[in-house]
Formats: sequence, structure tokens, C-alpha cells
Amino acid sequence: MKQWFKSGDPWIWLNAGALSIGLVMVMGLFLLIAIRGSVHFWPADIVETIVIKKNGIEKKVVGELVKSEVSTAVVMREAGYKIPENVELVRRYLVKQGNKDVTGRDFMWYLEDHMGEWKYPKNLVVLERREWGNFYGYPLKLIENGVVVIKGDEIWPELAARIKRSNRLFKKIKKIEKYDIGDINRQHEYIRLEQKKLAIEENLSPDQRKIKHEKFATILENMNIIFASHQKQLDQIRKDLKRDILIVEIMDGSTVEIPLEKIVRFARSNNMNIAAKTGYYGERLWEYLTEAPREANTEGGVFPAIFGTVIMVLLMSILVTPFGILAAIYLHEYAKQGPLLSLIRVSVYNLAGVPSIVFGVFGLGFFVYFLGGNLDELFFPEKLPAPTFGTPGLFWASLTLALLTLPAVIVATEEGLARIPVTTRQASLALGATKAETLWRVILPLSAPAMMTGLILAIARAAGEVAPLMLVGVVKMAPSLPVDSYFPYIHLESKIMHLGFHIYDVGFQSPNVEAARPLVYATSLTLIIIIVVLNLFATSIRNRLREKYKSAGD
Amino acid sequence: MKKKNNISQTTSNEGGKTVNSYLADEEKRRKIRRHRAIKDSMARYGVGAGGGGVVVVLTLIFVYLFIEVLPLFTGASLHESKNYSIQVEENSDTYMIAMERYQELAVKFASNRMAIFFETANGKVRHKELLPIPPDITITSFGKAEANTGVVVFGLSDGRALVAKHDYDLTYPDDKRYIDPKIVYPLDGSAVVVDNEGRELKAIAVQKSDNGIAIAAVTIDDRLLLVLYRSEESFLTGEVEVAREAFELPSPPKSIFKILVDTTTKNLFIADNAGNIHYYDISEPDDAVLIETVSVLKNKNSSITAVDFLLGSVSLIIGDSNGNVSQWFLVRDEKNVHHLTHIRDFEPHEAAVVAISPEYNRKGFVTGDNSGIVAIHYSTSNNTVLRQKISDRPIKDLAISPINNALLTVDIQGNAKNYKLTNLHPEVSTSILWSKIWYEGRSKPEYIWQSSSATDDFEGKFSIIPLAVGTFKGAIFAMLFAIPIGVMGAIYAAYFMTPKLRGVVKPTIEIMAALPTVILGFLAGLWLAPFIENNLPAIFSIITLTPLVILIFAFLWYKLPSSWKYKIPSNGLEVLLLIPVIVVSWWIFIKISPMIEVTFFDGSMRQWITGIGINYDQRNALVVGIAMGFAVIPTIFSMAEDAIFSVPKHLTQGSLALGATAWQTVSRVVLLTASPGIFAAVMIGLGRAVGETMIVLMATGNSPIVNFNIFEGMRTLSANIAVELPETAVGSSHYRILFLAALVLFALTFMVNTIAEIVRQRLRKKYSSL
Repeated sequence: MKQWFKSGDPWIWLNAGALSIGLVMVMGLFLLIAIRGSVHFWPADIVETIVIKKNGIEKKVVGELVKSEVSTAVVMREAGYKIPENVELVRRYLVKQGNKDVTGRDFMWYLEDHMGEWKYPKNLVVLERREWGNFYGYPLKLIENGVVVIKGDEIWPELAARIKRSNRLFKKIKKIEKYDIGDINRQHEYIRLEQKKLAIEENLSPDQRKIKHEKFATILENMNIIFASHQKQLDQIRKDLKRDILIVEIMDGSTVEIPLEKIVRFARSNNMNIAAKTGYYGERLWEYLTEAPREANTEGGVFPAIFGTVIMVLLMSILVTPFGILAAIYLHEYAKQGPLLSLIRVSVYNLAGVPSIVFGVFGLGFFVYFLGGNLDELFFPEKLPAPTFGTPGLFWASLTLALLTLPAVIVATEEGLARIPVTTRQASLALGATKAETLWRVILPLSAPAMMTGLILAIARAAGEVAPLMLVGVVKMAPSLPVDSYFPYIHLESKIMHLGFHIYDVGFQSPNVEAARPLVYATSLTLIIIIVVLNLFATSIRNRLREKYKSAGD
Repeated sequence: MKKKNNISQTTSNEGGKTVNSYLADEEKRRKIRRHRAIKDSMARYGVGAGGGGVVVVLTLIFVYLFIEVLPLFTGASLHESKNYSIQVEENSDTYMIAMERYQELAVKFASNRMAIFFETANGKVRHKELLPIPPDITITSFGKAEANTGVVVFGLSDGRALVAKHDYDLTYPDDKRYIDPKIVYPLDGSAVVVDNEGRELKAIAVQKSDNGIAIAAVTIDDRLLLVLYRSEESFLTGEVEVAREAFELPSPPKSIFKILVDTTTKNLFIADNAGNIHYYDISEPDDAVLIETVSVLKNKNSSITAVDFLLGSVSLIIGDSNGNVSQWFLVRDEKNVHHLTHIRDFEPHEAAVVAISPEYNRKGFVTGDNSGIVAIHYSTSNNTVLRQKISDRPIKDLAISPINNALLTVDIQGNAKNYKLTNLHPEVSTSILWSKIWYEGRSKPEYIWQSSSATDDFEGKFSIIPLAVGTFKGAIFAMLFAIPIGVMGAIYAAYFMTPKLRGVVKPTIEIMAALPTVILGFLAGLWLAPFIENNLPAIFSIITLTPLVILIFAFLWYKLPSSWKYKIPSNGLEVLLLIPVIVVSWWIFIKISPMIEVTFFDGSMRQWITGIGINYDQRNALVVGIAMGFAVIPTIFSMAEDAIFSVPKHLTQGSLALGATAWQTVSRVVLLTASPGIFAAVMIGLGRAVGETMIVLMATGNSPIVNFNIFEGMRTLSANIAVELPETAVGSSHYRILFLAALVLFALTFMVNTIAEIVRQRLRKKYSSL
């Protein structure tokens, strides 16, 4: 034993242990997020069981098992449960009961000892609703305009068809509201601003003023007529939508009417085979990736957040690449080398280690309030006091992140420039090329892989950064996407949603954290995948391009 | 770009033969050369401008933050804009002057029953109003409520009191502001009875509270009276009814200088001419008691010459005939009794302080003395931001504008001066940020960060200490967790691991560095924090017993028959062998955790901890330490590994050749050589931990407390910025202090990184010379 200690072996093992701990934690983290993030869309079995409540009364409980944990009996006794004296440990289950509008609480803990046999009835159904979250129950009958259409076991195909119909109508309403009525609103706003501009304008004769006012008045009148026709159409569809009602029995035995217009989809998870479940999984995953969030971001999709992240990162890349590369070329090729330059270089490198929130503070103060405020006064006086650029938005967010990632791009590019052998440079110069020509035709192509790596690492960092964005442009719920079909197509001043901020907001600011949790895991998984893929991509590009230019560089 | 476009093919006739030459003729060549030269210099200047510009922009960050912070530490200034004299009638005394919000008009109340509104620019009288006091009655005393209410009271010789309020109507005829001044009488429009016996009121005070008006007065025959008017809105009719209650309070002092009632109508103060303040508790007016009589003067031979409340009517500012200015307020002792306590002295005047005018929306005030000197103070920061002689005569009264940007002074001869005042951030000083401050309502000086509150008369508490302590608390726990794992892992990876494995392990850990911290924060806050709360014994056994488990496994492995060991090679692969061991042991620790709780901690370790007097928050420093440690491990690991790996091979080979074991080589040669690099790695990790925002924002309760309890949360500088900056007013002191916090963070991390960078560069030089 003593000899073993003397050999130093234990120390080596301890060092190995530290690394193992690190690896276990990394893998554990990825596994945790991967599993929790991906099972969210899978239709879970719905349990029906009998539980004894704290007051000793039995009741039927229907819902999904979310998780279980072992707790000490002491804690549970303090929480008011009756547990026999000889029991010391108890297991309890968290059950998602849904039906929040009926029962008030959608998540409940139940002790295992107080639960009866678990049954999985085939006719149990989970209804995904537009509001109030999931609904669990036994569908009894379908009613159309007050008349029972179908009931009993034959209800399923009919239910599916009718939900499809209501979803189609619902989409139609959304489309009219968004595009047709949205157009009118936009024109309204345009005319309001034009009128205000007219009021500010000084050198106009009264006649010209009058003509313009009349023109605006006729446009407004026309718009009102169009609006009324849309409104009429909407009323008709809304009436159609109200046609079908589903009667469902819930766990306490009472029946509840659910209008089909409130239902997004339904699943009889206990009666589904693997294929059906996979189909359902795919449908929900697709919804997650392509739709906007519902229910205060706790349900539905994250498409606006993905879109916002991508647009912001793209814009940032456009801003950071030329300037980063220019600065690196300047530092490495043109600037006079000396102590001052080393100082500058170290400072620029060190900026990469400055906390991101500092960049956020700078962005808010300088870009948003100072630059944006002045831009508003110069170019958008008619909109004041409502700010256009003088408020956090897409452009400022991208610019702040560009500043934040600039050091990374400069460092990577300079490293690439330094790696090019002096001989290559000298050969080009000796052949009579000017410095600019050498730079453009020899050095830049050779250092392209390094620049690419720098850029991709910058993108990966920007995609995951949240703290500065909270200050300069990201919001929990943006009313519209920053890119649309209206001039100027890309709205640099609009607020955006962002995956990282979405995680923070849904996980910590949401009124119903328990219900939102699976979605946060899914969002985290999405973000991790994006960032890991970008990083791997950066590494592989670097390696491939390095190979490609190896012969040229040597 | 095609070259052929530049060099055209020319045909020349040489010696009778036609030769195709690819060389351009001379003029074209010159042109091309010039073109190239221009391009070259354009590139030079373009790159120079662009690159230099980027560098300038990056330095702009520092400069801009500094510029935003700078106004915090600049003083105040007074610019005289107008000088005129206002009407002073014979045999009349000016009670008070006050300015309205736009500094266009001021009002003067005088003993000749007149309220005069005059223009602050030239003294021209805009409006004169005779107060509704019968001619046979004289005004015998005067009092005023909080400045922002505009309410004053006149005590009359017949035992009645007239409550008046100066008020302004704003109209915009022709888009230009017009201010129409008026006097309103909140109580019945005329004088109300204070003394039923009808005796003269020799001193009087008024205060407007949330639901009414309180009047306190002393009659000529020394009775202290309190009259409360409470207005109540009837639920049914919506009419406002005013209820009057009158009380007589015990034992008034003989010679009264001034009476003051606070806005809660719970406390009443009487300053007497002997330099004492008598404090009455009037929260139960029926049983009002004189709590104490406090002598507030430094010198016995002086007297109180001015006393007034600060905004919020918690603090008393007392000026005496020697020029001393001091702040007092009620402090609760252990027995829950309030005592009027001396809090701080301000820079004294040379002559008797005769006028005190509190600011309308901050805890600042202006004092004027008998030698014509005016000084502007701020209570919390104990700042005297300005002192200026404005007259040769004693000051009569001062009126500060409700938004602190103008000051009107009147001396005893009625000479008025109108000053432009710039006093933006008097509430900030170095001591406010870094020292213990005695805030209103607190029992002792403390470090507190509390930047905003629902009420207007809130005293901002801007101590950086709780935030700085929180920042370091989080960073220290993170480093305690990250340094052992990061550095030890690096030693193993750089020196003992097989190269093939190293090629897999290193990128795996490094990809962690790119993991968004918002995900770590979310897991820490929503998964780890409740997990730790429910499995505290498991966490502690994991932290303390894992090394033991590793050692036991290693020893067992050492004792394994050598035939087995040959089958499973362990050198360089220990890390793989240990992964299942660690996973299994952790799983066991978690499984037996509830049993440990039952056996040793009466069923719940969390309650046991609370039971021994340690606070426990669910989101605490332990959670932050683990999550933030996790975030900095890749940084430390990667850089330390680089430093260790690049120790020149001949050093280690020499050591091994001399018979040292592998571990001896590592501990005495490699680590010694690489220690500056490891130090740099730790420094950079620390810099990251100090500035990390999302993890602390999500994994702590964000309460700004000053302690190092691992089971309580904290608020860091960075999280504080993220929480408060979006909601603060641009340009306010709070806004600038948050910029200061950002600047501090910037400077701190920049410094730490620079040190690390210098160390690394030196090390690189050392390696290359070895």
C-alpha cells in the first residue's frame, strides 16, 4: 500500500478521475437534454387510476405520468399526507391531468401507496387545445348545431374529419386576419403618417394641402368598404366554425362540452401502434418547427424564434466578416509592428474575454439611444414620439453581436495570416506583384480557411448569446417576422424572437413553468444541435481547406 | 478578374518581319503600372482606414462607457440669469416663496394676507390674491406641508387656521403654454376652527397625508392641538365627505420655534428655542405621548434657526445659529421604540442657517445663511455639491424648482435672483457606492442595493458592495468546483492519456465551451436546483466521496492479478475505466440519499440545515457554483492542457532518464514549468465566471445580500445590469450607475485577461528558449 502511494499511481488515477467526472457531466448533460427534448412530441400513455386524497376520499384520476421521485415519509407527513408510522420512504408521481379550465390544477403529485391499479382504457383521448392546454377525457358524442350526429365507438373517424374541417376554417380566418386585414391596417398606418408629415411640412400651398387631404379621405373611405366586406366574410366563417361540439366525460364523471374550434388535434395514445405514434410525433415536431407559439409561448412551435435567430446571425455575419478581416489584415500586413501595435493587438484579443453583458450595455446606450435616437430625429420625425430606430431592434442586436464577435474573427484571421510562410509572400513580391496583388491573389485565398473558421465560431457564439440581446432587441413575443412581403421587406427596426431568450423567458417568466418545461427542453435541444453542428462544420471546413491549400502553402 | 483585359495583343513590325508580341506598348504599360500603383495605394489606405476604424470602434466601447459614467462625478453649478427685486410691502413679512414646475412663475405668501404670483424672469406680478381672512383678524403663524403638495397654513389670531394651496392651470392657446395661477382652499374654502376656545395660534403646522390634512398648532396659552381632516369617498354616492377630529396633546414646550407633522400623521416634532426637538407619537391621537426631548445642538450657546423635513418627511434637517447643518431621523431600537437620532452632519456654514428648502423629488436640500451664502446638499451621499455667495445680505427664503433645474433666492430686502441650476447626480458619491450608509428607516449604516420602489419619496440605495460580493461569491464557488476538475483533467489529458483518446476527449470537452450559457442556466434553475434540494446528502456524498471511490478502485486495480491486467491495458486508459465506476457510484449515492436523510437528518436535510440556523434558498450559490463551474471547466481545461502539453519533451525525457517516476516527473518538472500557463488558464476562467450573466440570472434568486453562505443566493453585477437596465430611465443616476457597473466589469475582466495574456506570452518565450 505504502509502495503504491510512493509510486504516484494514486495521483494519476485521481487526475484521470477528474477528467472522467468532466466527461460524465458533459455526456450526462447532452443525454439529459437530448432525451427530454425529444420525448416531448411522443404521445404518452394515458393512465386511469383511483387515488385516495389527503382527506381520505377516493377519486378517479386520468392523466399522463410525468415523473416520479422518492421522498422521505417525514416530509410527506408535513405536507399533510397520512402515512403509516413504519414507512420511511415513499415514492410519488407527478401526473399531468390537464383540463386546467375545469379543475384549476393541471399537475398533481400523488403518492404511490395511495394509488390504485393503473389502467390504460382504449377510449381515453388527449385533446390538444388552442387555449388552456391539454384535455383528457372519454369522448361521448358529437353534436352538430345542437343535434347528436354520432356517438359511441364509431365517433373516431368522424371526429378526425371534423377536426380537420375546423382546422381548415381556423387557418382561413388567420389568413384573412393576417394578410387582408393586415394590409388595410398597414395602409391605415401609412396614411396616418402621411397626414402627420403633411402637418409638419412647411412649404405647401393651402390648395395642395387640400388636394392631398381629399385624396387621403377617398382612400380611407375605400378601405373602410373593403374592410367591411372582409369583416362580413370573417363573421360567416366564424359562424361555420362554431357548428360542431364534442361532449367529453372527464375524470370526475361530469361531462364537458368542447367546441371543435378549440381543438388542434387529438390522440388516443393508448390505442396507437408504433406507426401511428410516429406519425403523431412527426406532426407535432413539424408544428414545433414551423408554427408560432401559443398559450404564452408554452405550446405550439418556435418558428419565429428560429427565424429571428437565423436572420439576426446572418445580418451579424454580413457586418462582422468584412470588418473583422479588414482589421486583421491591417494589424498583420499594413500596420507598423512595434510595442504600440502589440498593445493594441493584446487589447483586441482581450475584448473576446470581456463579458457579453458589457457589449449589451454599450449597444443599448450607444447604438439604440444615441445613434437610433438621432436617426429617428433625422429620418422619421413624423413617427415621433414613437421611436423607430431609437428602440431595441433587429439591426442593433446584430450590430452589437457583430461587435461582440469581432475579436474572435480578428484573432482567427490573424492566425491564418501568420501561418502563411514568408517565402510565399516573397515569391509573389519577387515576381513583381504589388502588395495589394499579393494580398488579393495569394494571401487571402490561403488564409480563407482561417477566416471561415473564425466566422463560423462567431456565428456559433452569437447564436447562443442571450444576455446582451435582452438589452438590445429581443422580445418574448414579436408580433411579426422581420422579413415579409411589404416594402422594404427586411424590417431592420423590428423586434425579434430568439431561441436562447425563448428558453429564458419560457423557463423563468412563464406563468405555468411545469407545463412549459418540455418545450424548454425541446428548444434547448434545437439550440444545442444548431450550435454543435456549426462548430463541427467549422472544424471540418478548417481541416478540409487546410488540406486543400497545404501544397500551396508549403 | 481576367488579365487579358489589361494587356492587349499588339502587332509590331520588327526588321521587316511581323512579330506577335504579348507585351503591351509602352504607353499602355505605363498606364497599367500607374493603375496598379493606384490600386495598391488604395488598398493600403482602404485597409488602413477600415482596420484602424475597427480598432477605434473597439476602443470606443471603453470611451463611451466612461463618458456615460462621468457625469456621476461632476458637481453642480449655478448660473445667475436674472436679478431683480420683488415687491416688499411695508410692515409685511415674506413667509415663503415657491416655484412651479416650468419655473415661469413663483408665488410669495406674505403676512399682509396676500399671495402674489410673479414671473421668475423679471419679478412682474402676474396675479395677486387676497386671502379670505377678515380684516380684523391677523395672521399669527405660518406653516407648510411637503413642498410637492403646495399646501400652506396660516394660523390666525382667533384660533382658526386657513389652509391654502398654490395651484396652476395649464392651457395651450395657439400651441403655446400659458400658466394660470390660482390659490385653492382645500378645507371648505375658508378658515377652519382649530382652537374651540378661540385663542391665538402662536405656531402652526400642516401636512397632507394619503387621506386627508393634519393641522397641529400651539395656542398662546400653551395648549398643543391636533386637528385631523380625513376625506372619505362614499361608496354609494361617490361624494367626498370630510370628517374632522380634534385632539389636545399633552405637555407642549414653552417657547416654540416650529412644529412639524409627518405625512403618515404618526409623528409630530416640535423644535423649541432652547435647541431641543420634542418628539410626540401621535399614531393614536387619543393617547398621544411625548416620547422624548432631544438636544440637537452641538454648542449650548447656539439655537435652532431653521428646521424642515426632507422629501418623504422622514428626515429632519436642522440648521443652527453657528451654521451647522445636520440630519436626524427616527431609528427603532431593540425594544421597538423610536428615537430621534443624529445621522450625519453636512458641511457647515459660517453664519446662522436661516433657510432650508428641500427638493421635490429627491433627498436633497438647499440651505441659505445670514451672510448670503447658499449651499446645495444631498442627504444620503452627504454631498455638499455647491456653495456660493449670492448676496451681501441675509437670505430670506429659497425656492427650488420641482425638477431641480432652477433656484430662486430672496434676501431680506426683497432682492430676488433667479439661477439656472445644474445638479444632476448629487445622490452618487464614492462613499455611496463603496461604504456603509445609514438610510432612512434603518437601524444602522448598511450596504444595500435597492434601486427602485413603488413610492415617489423613495431613497435610492446604490451600494455596489452587495453586487460585488455576489459577483465574487459566485465566481469563487464556481472556481472551487472548476479548478480541480479542469486542471487535474488537463494534467491527465496532456501527459498520461493515449494520443488517440486525447484526440477524442479534448474536442468533446472543448465543444462545451460553445454551449450557450442560457441552457446551463435553465438546467441549473429548473432541474439542478430542485434536484439538489431533494437530494442534499447525495450531493455532499458525491462531492466528498468520489475521490475516495476513485482511490479504492485504483487500489483494487493495483491488487488485481497481473494476468488480468495484461488483458485489459490500463495505462493511458484509466479515464475510460473510471467512467462506469463514477456513474455507478453516483447512482448509488443518489439512491441511498433518502435513507441517509431518514437516518441522520430526521427525514429532511434541508430542514435540518434550516434548523441549525442556516438559511436555505432553493436557487443558491451551490447550484451556481456547479453550473458556472461547468461553464468555465472547458476554458480552464483547454488552456491548461495546452500549457502542459507544450512543455518541451527533452525536459520530461531527461527527468525520466534520471530514474524519476512518471508522477515525479509531472509534479516536479512539468507542473513547475507549466505553472504560469495554468495560472493564466485559471485567470481567464475567473474572468469568464465574473462576467457570466445568464447562469446567475437563472440559477439564483437574485437577492442582493452580503454573505458567503453557500445555501443562499446572490445578485451579481452582470445579472443586475440585465435585470435593471431595460427598466431604468435614460440618463438617470441609476442608469449611469449601471453603466458604472458595466465599466467596472469591463475593466476587471480586461485586466485579468491582460495579466493572463502577458503570463502566457512570457511562458511561450521561455519554452522556445528551453
